[in-house]
Amino acid sequence: MYFGMNEHIMKQVGIRGKDIVVLGVEKKSVAKLQEERTVRKICALDEHVCMAFAGLTADARIVINRARVECQSHRLTVEDPVTVEYITRYIATLKQRYTQSNGRRPFGISALIVGFDYDGTPRLYQTDPSGTYHAWKANAIGRSAKTVREFLEKNYTDESIASDKDAIKLAIKALLEVVQSGGKNIELAVIRRNQPLKILESKEIETLVAEIEKEKEEEAEKKKQKKSS
Amino acid sequence: MEYLIGIQMKHDYDKMFKLSEKILLLCVGEAGDTVQFAEYIQKNVQLYKMRNGYELSPAAAANFTRKNLADYLRSRTPYHVNLLLAGYDEADGPGLYYMDYLSALAKAPFAAHGYGAFLTLSILDRYYRPDLTREEAVDLLKKCLEELNKRFILNLPSFTVRLIDKDGIHDMEKLPIGPK
Repeated sequence: MYFGMNEHIMKQVGIRGKDIVVLGVEKKSVAKLQEERTVRKICALDEHVCMAFAGLTADARIVINRARVECQSHRLTVEDPVTVEYITRYIATLKQRYTQSNGRRPFGISALIVGFDYDGTPRLYQTDPSGTYHAWKANAIGRSAKTVREFLEKNYTDESIASDKDAIKLAIKALLEVVQSGGKNIELAVIRRNQPLKILESKEIETLVAEIEKEKEEEAEKKKQKKSS
Repeated sequence: MEYLIGIQMKHDYDKMFKLSEKILLLCVGEAGDTVQFAEYIQKNVQLYKMRNGYELSPAAAANFTRKNLADYLRSRTPYHVNLLLAGYDEADGPGLYYMDYLSALAKAPFAAHGYGAFLTLSILDRYYRPDLTREEAVDLLKKCLEELNKRFILNLPSFTVRLIDKDGIHDMEKLPIGPK
């Protein structure tokens, strides 16, 4: 059941930078009469953690709500914000419980969870419907995730994530590999250390896409010149 | 025979809880109940912000607090706390809410809890005007503290003062009272 699921899932990319974590999601083009802002795939769980999900939106709502309550409950009992691993483990445990009892079906979502621990370390985790979770430096889920992951394996270096902007551009580049129509279909969210979640406006994304296209052209020009000389 | 009595309370105990960027809750009363109840309200106000993407208004937060206090009052585990909730709303401006341990809620131009209230409320009654400027309001507060210094049996060496306006919560310098 889970192997075929990937085909219908919107592409998502998560990148862990040095001082920034980035989540990029392919935006499904909405119908003409539909209000765009109600289709939100990236949600804040707390001020320093957010997650993007792929799969059944209705199931995701439940998981996100439980996670948000747990984030505040944790703050209440231990006076500390959750670590990204803690809340990932909580979500994964919740999902696993629903795979092992009768009368219930598993949550049909995979999630990319990003954030900063209170000691300042950036984290990226991925969970799937079975309830397993793993930490990643960069990852992709959804259609053609394999292609995107291969792109990331080639291009994720210390250089390529040296600055915040570079990390964001890497996420966009990774998504552009597989997203058809370019900047308009990308939704991007970033968390910087000690700052709340920020969802980039489409204008900012367009500017960055334009920069990336320019850089690509310049690269192609250089290669041509090298060949001819 | 004459005796001199000097009673000193703990003066570094912060009783104000930040519910959100523009709402403060001042909670006094039974030891333990204060922190327990205030932190519970604080986390629930934050949860609302996470769930909905925007913060509760001061009026909504006050009524939420009142409902919680009223429910607990009618259970086997009532909270014995007196509260002052202060906040700034984009639409309605600044607001102050007075709540006591019986869960009575009132929006008031000025308020006080405790024994100090017996002395300060009359000062506030006399000098409060709805159109006070920021400086005038702080001066009025200073007047209240002078009165306490003069007539109150307890020695209260310092007061934590916070101010809420459209830009959020601001810590002001501690107002010291004592022999001038």
